[in-house]
Amino acid sequence: MKIEIFGTGCPKCHTAEKVIREVLTEMRQDAEVVKITDIQQIVERGVMWTPAVMIDGRKVCEGKVPTAAMVKEWLSGPA
Amino acid sequence: MSPETVGPARCACGHAEKGAAPRPARAWLQGSAILLLWLAAYLSLAPLARWAAYRLLPLAPQTHLGSSVEFLLYEFPKVLLLLTLIVFIMGIIRSFFTPQRTRSILAGQRESVGNVLAALLGIVTPFCSCSAVPLFIGFVTAGVPLGVTFSFLISAPMVNEVALVLLFGLFGWKVAALYAGTGVAIAIAAGWTIGRLKMEGQVEDWVYKARATADAPEGSQQWPQRVAAGREAVCDIVGMVWPYILAGIAVGAGIHGYVPQDFMAALMGKDAWWSVPVAVALGIPMYSNAAGIVPVILALIEKGAALGTALAFMMSVIGLSLPEAIILRKVLKPKLIAVFFGVVGAGILVVGYLFNFIF
Repeated sequence: MKIEIFGTGCPKCHTAEKVIREVLTEMRQDAEVVKITDIQQIVERGVMWTPAVMIDGRKVCEGKVPTAAMVKEWLSGPA
Repeated sequence: MSPETVGPARCACGHAEKGAAPRPARAWLQGSAILLLWLAAYLSLAPLARWAAYRLLPLAPQTHLGSSVEFLLYEFPKVLLLLTLIVFIMGIIRSFFTPQRTRSILAGQRESVGNVLAALLGIVTPFCSCSAVPLFIGFVTAGVPLGVTFSFLISAPMVNEVALVLLFGLFGWKVAALYAGTGVAIAIAAGWTIGRLKMEGQVEDWVYKARATADAPEGSQQWPQRVAAGREAVCDIVGMVWPYILAGIAVGAGIHGYVPQDFMAALMGKDAWWSVPVAVALGIPMYSNAAGIVPVILALIEKGAALGTALAFMMSVIGLSLPEAIILRKVLKPKLIAVFFGVVGAGILVVGYLFNFIF
């Protein structure tokens, strides 16, 4: 599973990464977490609103820091 | 727009709210009850503050300390109550306007109408300053005219609900209304001017090559989610800004009782005509969120600064910032950034003089 976090590096984006990593550890799940900070790349992937999260290329969240509950749902749902 | 902007940043994406939705009638009843409680609390603040200052604490009404403590005990909960209500309502309104929706509203507009709409939508569309560049590209590539895009980017940080509530609470509705009105006017006029100047060539080339991706269809939200979005906005924004407000009002309260009224009059008073441009110029390299700056404004005004000068300073701090220029440099050529700052700065100058003239 590949989790991509889009953000230019503001506090919100860091929080998003932290939440996701915490949930991964808690659920003992393994995933590749990638942070995408380059604006050009962010735009080319169709993200208009940071922070955004994509799981295996599918946008699951845009414009907000996900809650732990949301992350758990993404991880346990059909990815 | 600074990386620390507390601002409009909640969104509408995939709320995982489960469970039975409350029945509408019951929800309305609950809502009304809470509103009534809010009103009762708001109305009882003044007598409570007096009681706490002069009965609970052994202070006398005529002393400096007494009036300072009463000021603090009244103003802080008052501003907090107002802020909670307004942020909650804004959170609900914002759940109707995602950036994608705003963009599709604006994409079909002619310039003049577009500028007005963009400035108004800037107030209600949630967006955090880090999103300025992706939003800018998203708008421009979807066919929103450059000037209209700028109207949006200017009004979003400039007209800020926290600043609005603080101005209303501490200076009254006239000042708050003038602030919101002139902020929107600057955004409209500046965006329109930039549109007239035909600056499209001053946008970095790769922006227009960027692929405008089709939006994924958004699930429409239901009322329980919208209310939840409002609650979330309150936790987020009020939870973050209250220490600034407390500190600011405490400073204000100290000044209220002690420092002479005309302390700042010579430097920032009405007679010092040059103080408005100086205030704007000083505000550009500084950046802070609205909650941090309004109490400073209060302190300046309490010491005799002219209202227009102080407001121009505030607008410059929250509306124009160097970090923002650096972020925008990735998509705009230097000339357009200079024009952007020049036009908005000029607008703020006009507002400063206007306030000084009226009050």
